Amino acid sequence: MKVDFDASKPIYQQVIDEIRKAVARGALKPGEKIPSQRELAQSLQVNPNTIQRAYREMEQSNLVETLRGQGTFIKDNPSLFLEIRRDMVEEALKGFINEMHSLGFDDNEILKLIEEKLQK
Amino acid sequence: MRKEEERRPKGYDGVNTMNDSNLLQVIDVKKSFFRAKALAGLSFNLEKGVILGLLGPNGSGKSSLLKIISGLYRPSDGKVLIQGEVPSRKTKAKVAYLPEIDYLYPWMSVRQTLDFVSTFYDDWNENKALELLKFMNLDPEVTVGKLSKGMRARLKLALTMGRDSSLILLDEPFSGIDPPSRARIMESIIAQYSTGEQSIILSTHEVGESEKLFDRVLFLENGRLKLMGEAEELRQEMGKSINDIFKEVYQ
Repeated sequence: MKVDFDASKPIYQQVIDEIRKAVARGALKPGEKIPSQRELAQSLQVNPNTIQRAYREMEQSNLVETLRGQGTFIKDNPSLFLEIRRDMVEEALKGFINEMHSLGFDDNEILKLIEEKLQK
Repeated sequence: MRKEEERRPKGYDGVNTMNDSNLLQVIDVKKSFFRAKALAGLSFNLEKGVILGLLGPNGSGKSSLLKIISGLYRPSDGKVLIQGEVPSRKTKAKVAYLPEIDYLYPWMSVRQTLDFVSTFYDDWNENKALELLKFMNLDPEVTVGKLSKGMRARLKLALTMGRDSSLILLDEPFSGIDPPSRARIMESIIAQYSTGEQSIILSTHEVGESEKLFDRVLFLENGRLKLMGEAEELRQEMGKSINDIFKEVYQ
């Protein structure tokens, strides 16, 4: 895993996002093993406590599970891929729509702009 | 500024028991050299399991603070407690200190330096020290005087991190060192840091590349605490990197 961190945002959140994206792309499959916390801390040159926090939050949100003595794995849940994709689409759309609203476009105008853009 | 408890990330390690919370207490510490004030009333606590970035421009009091914690200087006023004790020979056994100055003997080999330093400390971990040497590409047979500045900095770090100390003080470990050595030093700190067991205080005036190392940052200005907070919370709240906050604070 290689990440260019944006140091103006929490780093643990960016670690989680990278792993979610990798699952959404299919680069990490359900049930697949991910690096240990220490390996990841070293390869990303990040404080091990930061990685620990990212792993803990991923466990709490059921994205990964840590099996004692075996390591950490993407949850072996067939619907995970779809769930994450849906969440990420939702986030991307929400972000876009909020941005357009704050620029003063209403819903009809946004729809029209998207249609025009997609036709090109 | 919010209360300390609320500033901590959820599930933060090492803050639950009394013993962990008082690894280090700095209580209204003042230090003057003749008329120059290096520290002008500084207070903060540090529990186990934290990497603290001690940040500030040259002359802000970073080195003086680390020297007081290590027991090299005495405060002019106020006090420092390490697990409840005033810095002494006894606390030196649990505190590993990497000074900014070059204290190595040029005529010793790397191996001899290791052997020499190891005799001073009960918490010396030979395996860890040898692992560090290897990782740092340091040849045990080479004479210290023949090492470049970057290589000497690597050796100093190996000597400091080669101990199982509860508190590690690193005074400007990246200052004036070539980028490959800086990267190696950073990687070694990450590799050898015992999560939850140790705390590290690392001083630097170049924040950019080291900011990913810090759990918490403390900004010093003219011997006073200017700002202290969890690095991730500060990024979240201010939408800025620690480096940008650093530049803003000292502009």
